[in-house]
Amino acid sequence: MKFTKTAALLGATTLMLASCSGGGEESGGDGGGAATGTGPIEIWLSNNEAEIAWGEAVVEAWNAENPDAQVTAQEIPAGSSSEEAITAAITAGTAPCLVYNIATAAVSGWVQQGGLVDLNTFEDGASYITERGGESTTAYQSEGSYYQLPWKSNPVMVMYNKDLFEQAGLDPENPEMSTHADFLDGARQIVDSGVESAIWPSPTNEFYQPWFDFYPLYLAETGGTQLVEDGAATFDSDAGTAVADFWSTIYTEGLAPQEAATDDAMVAGTTAMQLAGPWAIAAYDGNIDVGFMPVPTSGGSEEVVTFADSKNISMFTACENQATAWEFLKFSTSVDSDGQLLEATGQMPMRTDLAGTFPDYFEANPMYAAFADQTERVADVPSIPNSVEAWQVFRESYSSAVIFGNTTVDEFLSGAAQEINGLVG
Amino acid sequence: MTDVVTPPVRTPSSPGSRTGGRRKVLGRHPIGSLFALPYMVFVALIFAYPLVFACYIAFHDYFFTAPGVEMERPFVGLANFIDVLTDPQVLESFRNTAVFLVINVPLTAVAALVLASALNAGIRWAAAFRVAFYVPYLTASVSLVGVWMLLFSSGGLVNSVLGPLAPEPSWLVNSALAMPSIALYVTWKQLGFYILLYLAALQNIPAELHESAATDGASALQRFRHVTIPGVRNATTLVLILAIITGANLFTEPYLLTNGGGPDGASLTPVLLIYQKGIQQQNPDTAAAMGMILVIIVGLLSLTANRLTREK
Repeated sequence: MKFTKTAALLGATTLMLASCSGGGEESGGDGGGAATGTGPIEIWLSNNEAEIAWGEAVVEAWNAENPDAQVTAQEIPAGSSSEEAITAAITAGTAPCLVYNIATAAVSGWVQQGGLVDLNTFEDGASYITERGGESTTAYQSEGSYYQLPWKSNPVMVMYNKDLFEQAGLDPENPEMSTHADFLDGARQIVDSGVESAIWPSPTNEFYQPWFDFYPLYLAETGGTQLVEDGAATFDSDAGTAVADFWSTIYTEGLAPQEAATDDAMVAGTTAMQLAGPWAIAAYDGNIDVGFMPVPTSGGSEEVVTFADSKNISMFTACENQATAWEFLKFSTSVDSDGQLLEATGQMPMRTDLAGTFPDYFEANPMYAAFADQTERVADVPSIPNSVEAWQVFRESYSSAVIFGNTTVDEFLSGAAQEINGLVG
Repeated sequence: MTDVVTPPVRTPSSPGSRTGGRRKVLGRHPIGSLFALPYMVFVALIFAYPLVFACYIAFHDYFFTAPGVEMERPFVGLANFIDVLTDPQVLESFRNTAVFLVINVPLTAVAALVLASALNAGIRWAAAFRVAFYVPYLTASVSLVGVWMLLFSSGGLVNSVLGPLAPEPSWLVNSALAMPSIALYVTWKQLGFYILLYLAALQNIPAELHESAATDGASALQRFRHVTIPGVRNATTLVLILAIITGANLFTEPYLLTNGGGPDGASLTPVLLIYQKGIQQQNPDTAAAMGMILVIIVGLLSLTANRLTREK
């Protein structure tokens, strides 16, 4: 009886609330004079130790010259991902002025939330971004405007353990694995030599995992065609089939495990190859002798396009002193600051002629030179509506067909393309 | 002669009186309500408000925005519920949860009662066993999941012991075994808590009942069936309801143990999907609708468990 009464009360309340259509609108704006506001600002940095050190040094340099516009830096609050912490902060109105860890896939949702400042609204906004990063930065626009400043990229390449290659009878200095067929032959040789796996991309279900298996090879195969272009999925094609078949062979033949590694498989020696960006060099340096090669294509090419894995900077509408934030944004992405970023983290600032701008660094750090060269040929995730949902759909279909073989590659490509078209159209 | 008018006596409990109404609301000792107030405020803010707000969201085309951003959030009736109930992935997550509950709930109740009876019977090292059963319950899921991944991975200890009998593919990446593996893990992890509930209930059964049954010639098994089980009926109801609620809210284990509900969605759960849709994909309206459906299903299952185990 008590249960019935409670249920009835709850039901009545629900229906009463549900019957009120609309609602939820709030008044106000983005802070009125926020766009011209000057004064102290807060910024969030990623949880990467080297990046925090860089950020603190840049903030210190700025604060010494700007006593009336002090900058406070802190790490992005803990969460299962930066994106979730930022989404929550936008909704609560507690976002900082700038965040230095923006993943492109999340930007469309935040624009829709009204959380990001259109950088084109600053007089020199668009010109600064294109002068720093070149015309390719237009790919980072949403709805025709810059809601993010393309900051740094981590071009994904094949990183390999030279010792394990040698043990497998492959030439560690020139493995000749640029085609899908050669890569598979090399991978078979590696596993036959006793290594647990040839390559070990994470087989898990998170929406961003395709960026480290399917997508770099797809960009390479197509010369930089993004997953979605002109409002439609592009991967239900010969190129998509070639890449999906390649990975399907890897899993079918047991050249990569279907379960996630419980440690760093490269360091542990349980895999000979990994797809990673330059951030991984520091992790492997001193542990293993690593080599790098571009991701393979069906025809083979040394100059391929790969996934940029960029992290960018956005300004948030919750910021009350946006004029200061814009000045600090330019200060922290100047040539000097970018040079310091490169030194501190090994990550590649997204600016034109990177190698020519910092020749001394690349001469002193030849391992990073291959990645600097690769930055000339990168593409990112598309700026599309429902971006995260679209990637999740892609990942689930990919897992089913390619990793676990429960559906066919053709079903995966056509089914996922159809579903994604419905989401982004 | 002056008439003396005697005012009518108003007893505090007389129906309709102001004092009576106040007493109805605040109880016999209003000061007690004052002490309960902080908790009532807590419940209202942390449970009731979000629940009602979730109901509101579920019936609207809702999207979280930054403060000050105007956005239409029209009433959409049952559209979100229809979206949810026609989504194959959602249905798969409910099927997976059903598999989990079918394994976990009876196993939890039976294992907890048997072990609690053994501990209550005064076996040697009873205190040590109680601690041993309770420790997994107290330990953080994240650390235990790490241990299970090492045990049940393809190159893990379990497969090494099983040798050629090890399943292929291995436990946590095997579509047929992933959810049962999670159900076993959760049963093991939670068992200590349910044993504790049963131990408390067992100690309320008068020893004379067991003694008289033994005098009448009942065997240990008969005493367990005819004395112990009826004696802990209320505890069994509680154990079943708590196990159902915990099982229906499964999130951490598939999120960590099978990396987001793998393999190929075989361990996907409704709460994991709610997290994906509501938090990662910014679709709070469908997530709220799914949450409401889950609440209704859990409520019905709990009600059924209550009816089935209630004393006639």
